[in-house]
Amino acid sequence: MKILVPIKRVVDYNVKVRVKSDGSAIELANVKMSINPFDEIAVEEAVRLKESGKVSEIVVVTIASEKGQEQIRTAMAIGADRGILVKTDAAIDLGGVEPLSVAKTLKALIDKENPDLVIMGKQAIDDDSNQTGQMLAALLGWAQGTFASKLDIDGDKITVTREVDGGLETLELCSPAIITTDLRLNEPRYAKLPDIMKAKKKPLEIIEPSDLGLDYSVRMKIVNIAEPQPRKGGIKVDNVDDLIDKLKNEARVI
Amino acid sequence: MSILILAEHDNVSIKTTTLNTIGAAVKIGGDIDIVVIGSNCGVVAEAASKISNVNKVILADAEHLKHQTAEEIAPIIVDLAKSYSHILAPATTFGKNALPRAAALLDMQQISDIISVESVDTFKRPVYAGNAIATVQSSDSIKLITVRSTGFDAVDATGGSAEIENYSVGAAVNLSKFIKQEFTKSERPELSSAKIVVSGGRGVGSKENFDLIEKLADKLGAAIGASRAAVDAGYVPNDYQVGQTGKIVAPDLYIAIGISGAIQHLAGMKDSKVIVAINKDEDAPIFSIADYGLVADLFDAVPELEEKL
Ligand SMILES: Cc1cc2nc3c(=O)[nH]c(=O)nc-3n(C[C@H](O)[C@H](O)[C@H](O)COP(=O)(O)OP(=O)(O)OC[C@H]3O[C@@H](n4cnc5c(N)ncnc54)[C@H](O)[C@@H]3O)c2cc1C
Ligand SMILES: Nc1ncnc2c1ncn2[C@@H]1O[C@H](COP(=O)(O)O)[C@@H](O)[C@H]1O
Repeated sequence: MKILVPIKRVVDYNVKVRVKSDGSAIELANVKMSINPFDEIAVEEAVRLKESGKVSEIVVVTIASEKGQEQIRTAMAIGADRGILVKTDAAIDLGGVEPLSVAKTLKALIDKENPDLVIMGKQAIDDDSNQTGQMLAALLGWAQGTFASKLDIDGDKITVTREVDGGLETLELCSPAIITTDLRLNEPRYAKLPDIMKAKKKPLEIIEPSDLGLDYSVRMKIVNIAEPQPRKGGIKVDNVDDLIDKLKNEARVI
Repeated sequence: MSILILAEHDNVSIKTTTLNTIGAAVKIGGDIDIVVIGSNCGVVAEAASKISNVNKVILADAEHLKHQTAEEIAPIIVDLAKSYSHILAPATTFGKNALPRAAALLDMQQISDIISVESVDTFKRPVYAGNAIATVQSSDSIKLITVRSTGFDAVDATGGSAEIENYSVGAAVNLSKFIKQEFTKSERPELSSAKIVVSGGRGVGSKENFDLIEKLADKLGAAIGASRAAVDAGYVPNDYQVGQTGKIVAPDLYIAIGISGAIQHLAGMKDSKVIVAINKDEDAPIFSIADYGLVADLFDAVPELEEKL
């Protein structure tokens, strides 16, 4: 069984981002970049399936600038076997490569690679779109198991438990399928130094969107990006009585 | 403009998130239709027909639609789409699961999680965990949009008298099979629409200690929320998580207890009217956005608060 894992290069989740002063974009110069955390969970899940003997090959894919190679190497250090970078100079966070374009790119690659399963993140923490997996499933006509907190593969049978607003839902999916990860699916490992060294030697192919017959036209133009209205800082209260008094008589919320 | 709303419901009653979504449609302006997709959900269509501002209810009722999987919903939306300029769904796990599937089939770039309507084609949406607000303009012929319910007032659930039209449902796609659902049972108000939310974090320390949070919530008639750390540690179920990748809430009063205030958590609650933080670390980032901060050990402060209310 072969698994494809799409990963996105995003600003590290610990960074507090700043908006460029002209309101055109987020400041990305000299900012720490990482694999989107949900995609790291996806890579880890694929690697665990490989370790359990159910999977023979893990291919990671990213659509990014030249620098996307860094995230591919990180995924390889976790255990992915092979990488494909679809190289573009377009912005990948906002106003450049949109989720539908990502889904079309992934579909074109899947038509070539023929994986049996795709595991990807539920959401990129930069654009916060939460769309790409669902779109890819639609374009392929495959089943989708989104927001997964548990995944069982037994031959052709894919059972997925999903985190939904009411609690948990378990579905059985026809194979092949798209799985998108939620936070509870697993805890990704830290890559060890020997694995990081080994990752440098794994095959990494670089292609262009045009090789897949695609261009990245924009349908959702960024008109402006702004900092949110800052919240006015409040006060510290001395004790519980003071707090109750403020809530009753000042804020009048209880 | 003609707008189609994808109703969120459980085959019995309509979720309030649907009413907020209609609130966004009212801001866009034009005729508003609702599609109710489910099984044995005639009562939901009846309820939908009474919602104010609704022009027509389309009822797609079939056994295989009972669990409202995206694979079954999307083709119905695609089929109805040609009559509409906008298709809106709530940005809940239901809407997020189904609408992008329909958008891709229609070759439209969905606009996720809008918090304001600037014009018929221009919307505001938070990005980067709410650390930036993007104004985006769509050039697609049909705008598929998910709506963040805290951004829009709910319309009245009564006062309307829309006609109900039956949609003839095609054959099942059958790509997935429902196995089971384990839903959290609670007598408390629903997290996303509660007036008061009491949330606990890693500082609460254990599942047993969460009793303290529950008692306080019950005294206040509040819903319970949690940080990711509290959910990961198994103190509470997954659907309690508030934040960037969990639920978005904006109650009149949000009480954060033993929560440090990571940006991913703030993303889900910083639009609350009044924020209270109880934390023993006076430098915890949560205090920078709290209206009222109490530096205290929660194991002293929370029982005292509960008792004195
Ligand atoms: C991709 C991604 C998505 C995420 N999504 C979310 C999300 O949606 N929601 C979310 O919440 N987080 C999310 N997180 C996690 C987030 O980054 C933080 O790790 C998390 O919010 C921390 O939870 P916490 O505040 O409960 O724990 P901690 O940061 O450990 O804070 C515990 C706090 O409790 C206080 N405390 C301890 N003991 C006591 C006591 N006895 N009395 C009073 N105070 C006490 C401490 O001073 C501390 O401030 C996400 C992270 C990633 C990477
Ligand atoms: N540029 C990209 N390259 C590869 N995968 C991506 C890219 N953008 C998004 N994805 C995948 O799609 C998921 C959801 O992203 P989004 O729909 O943008 O929130 C991510 O977690 C990734 O798995």
